[in-house]
Amino acid sequence: MVQPKKILLSAALVLGLAGIADFAIAADAHAPAPERQSWSFAGPFGSFDQAQLQRGFKIYREVCANCHGLSKIAFRNLAEEGGPGFSEAQVKALAAEYKIKDGPNDQGEMFERAGRASDRFPSPFPNPETARASLGAVPPDMSLLAKARSYSRGFPLFLIDPIIQYQEHGVDYIYALLNGYSKKDDANWNDYFPGNKIGMPNPLADGQVEYTDGTPATVKQYAKDVSAFLMWAAEPKLETRKKTGFRVIAFLILLAGLTYFTKKKIWANVAH
Amino acid sequence: MSGHSTYVPKSALGRWFESRLPIMGLIHGSFVVYPVPRNLNYFWTFGGILSFMLVCQIVTGVVLAMHYTAHVDYAFASVEYIMRDVNWGWVIRYTHANGASMFFIAVYLHMLRGLYYGSYKAPREVLWILGVIIYLLMMATGFMGYVLPWGQMSFWGATVITNLFSAIPLVGDAITTWLWGGYSVDNPTLNRFFSLHYLLPFMIAAVVALHVWALHVTGQNNPAGVEVKNVERDTLPFTPYATVKDGFALVCFLIFFSWFVFYSPNYLGHADNYIEANPLVTPAHIVPEWYYLPFYAILRAIPSKLGGVVAMFGAIVILAFLPWLDTSRVKSAAFRPLYKFFFWVFVAACLGLGYLGSQPPDGGYVIAARLLTLYYFGFFIIIMPLLGLFETPKPVPASIADAVLAKNNSHAQAHS
Repeated sequence: MVQPKKILLSAALVLGLAGIADFAIAADAHAPAPERQSWSFAGPFGSFDQAQLQRGFKIYREVCANCHGLSKIAFRNLAEEGGPGFSEAQVKALAAEYKIKDGPNDQGEMFERAGRASDRFPSPFPNPETARASLGAVPPDMSLLAKARSYSRGFPLFLIDPIIQYQEHGVDYIYALLNGYSKKDDANWNDYFPGNKIGMPNPLADGQVEYTDGTPATVKQYAKDVSAFLMWAAEPKLETRKKTGFRVIAFLILLAGLTYFTKKKIWANVAH
Repeated sequence: MSGHSTYVPKSALGRWFESRLPIMGLIHGSFVVYPVPRNLNYFWTFGGILSFMLVCQIVTGVVLAMHYTAHVDYAFASVEYIMRDVNWGWVIRYTHANGASMFFIAVYLHMLRGLYYGSYKAPREVLWILGVIIYLLMMATGFMGYVLPWGQMSFWGATVITNLFSAIPLVGDAITTWLWGGYSVDNPTLNRFFSLHYLLPFMIAAVVALHVWALHVTGQNNPAGVEVKNVERDTLPFTPYATVKDGFALVCFLIFFSWFVFYSPNYLGHADNYIEANPLVTPAHIVPEWYYLPFYAILRAIPSKLGGVVAMFGAIVILAFLPWLDTSRVKSAAFRPLYKFFFWVFVAACLGLGYLGSQPPDGGYVIAARLLTLYYFGFFIIIMPLLGLFETPKPVPASIADAVLAKNNSHAQAHS
C-alpha cells in the first residue's frame, strides 16, 4: 500500500496538485492471510514426500472422495515417477475396487465393470445437478484445486514471491481452510473462506483416519498430508519440472559466461 | 545504410543461384555487413530478443495446437491433457504461457528505449508506426490466447473485453453479437478466437519483416541520438559485433524466462483460470493479464463506458502520433534534462496504473487511476509538445565517433 501513494505523490507534484496524497485507500475487508507452511516440494530442489502423498491419498479416499471428484487423475498416475510411489500391483488392486461405467456393449447397453489402471477416478456424483440436489452446493473437483486457489500477498510481497520462489499459495490456503473451522457452534463457519460461510462442514476430526506409520492422527497432520496430495494431483510433473529447470538454468548460465567472454574478446579492440 | 552488393558467392552453384534469386546477398547485407552504430547499449538487444520470442511462441503454439481442442466442452480438459499426458507437454505449455509475458516484458522495454532515446523521430516515423501496429496485433493475439484454456478468467475476461464494443453508439450491440457469433461468449467465440490466435502471429511476422526493412533503410538510432555520418568511424559490421552482443543478451533473457517456466510457472497467471469456465458463476474480481493492466486501469478510471473505451484505445493509438507530438530537435533524453525527468515519471505512472488495474475499482484507487490517466495523456499531449519549445538541451555530440571518444575519455579520466 506504500508504493501507489509514492507514485501518486510524484504524479501529484508533477500536476501541481498538492494535498491529494493523504487520501485513505479503503482497507480491504479480506479474510486473514493463510500462514506459510513448510513443504517438501517447495523451492528449486523440492520433491514430494512419498509417504506423505500416500497418507494424503488415504484421506482423499476415506474422507474427501465422498463428495469431491478427482477426475483428471488416472489410477496409473499413482504409480508414476514423482508421485505417491504405489507399485503397479497395488494400483491394479486399487483400481479393481472401483466400479466403472462402460459401454455400450454389443447389445447396445451400458454396463459396470471393475476399474483398470488406465481408468480415471470416478466422480461421486454423475453431474453437478445431482450434487447440488443432495448437498445444496457443488463440491469442486479436486484435481486442480491446489493451483485453482490462492490468496493475495499484497504489495510488495507479491513482487518478491517469484524471486524467493514462493508458489505454494494454493496449498497454504487449503491447509489453513481445513484448520479454519474455529466456531464450535457453527460447522459452516470458516476463518479463511471468503465470506466465512462455507458449504462444506468441518470434514476432519482427530483420529478419524487411521495412520499405520506412526504419524500423529491429528487434524493438522491430516490437513497437511491431504494438501500435499492435492499439490501432486494438480501438478504431477512438479519434480521433473524442477529437476529439468536446474539443468536448463545451469546450462544457460554456463552458456552466458562463454558468450560474455567471447563478446568481450571481440569488442576488445574497437572503441565503443 | 544497408550494406548490400558486397556479397560475392564463392562457388559456381552460389553464383548460379545468386543471379536468379539474390537472397544470400540480402541476408549477407542485412545481418553480416550491415553497419551498426558502435555506441549501442544493451537496450538495443531487445529487437533480437523479440524476434526470438515470436519464433518461440509460433513453434510452441503450433505444437500445442496439435493437442488442443477448441470446443467449450473439451478445451479445458485438452489443456490438462497436454499438462499430464502429452510427453513434455507441460514444458511446452508453460513456455508458451510464460512466453507471452516475456514477449510483453521485452516489447515494453523495447518501446521505452525508443521513447527515451527518441527513436520515433525523423527519419524513423514509419518504423515506429509499424512497431505500434505490431504491438496492437500482439495485444489482440495475447488476449485471444488467454481465452483458449477456457478457464474462469478466460471466459470472464473475454466477456468483459468483448462487451466494450457494445459501448459504440448505434451499432455497438450488433458488433458485439457479430464478434461473439451469438448472444454471449460461447463455442463460436472460442472457435474464432482459436482461428485468429493462430493467424495473427503470422501477420505479426509480416509486419516485423516490414519493421526490419524500414530499420535497414534508416539505420538504427543510438544513445547519442545523432545520425551516422561516417560509416567507417561511426559503425561496426553487424557480424560479429552485434551478433555476439545480441546473443549474450538473449542467453541472459532466457535465464530469466526459464526461471519462470521451471520455478514459478503460474506466477504470471491467475489461479481462477484453473477452474473451468462457468457462465453462471462470476469471479469476485475479473482481472486481465498483467500486460493489459495499465490500459484496464485507464478504462475504469473514466466514469462513462464509451469514454473509458475511447480512452483505453486512445492510450495505444496516441503512440502512433509521437513523431509529431514531440517538438524537440534533440533525440536522446541523455541531452534533455527536463524530458528525462518527465520520462521517468511517465514510467512510474505506467507502473502505478498497472498496479491499480489489478485492484478493485473503488475509493482511493479510482482517484489515483484518474490522476495517473491524466498524466499518461498529459505527457503526450501537453508535456511533449511544450518541452520542445521551452527546454534547453545540453550540447549534442557532433557524431557517434565523437560521443564514443568523449565517453572513453571520461572513463579514462575516472580511472587515472
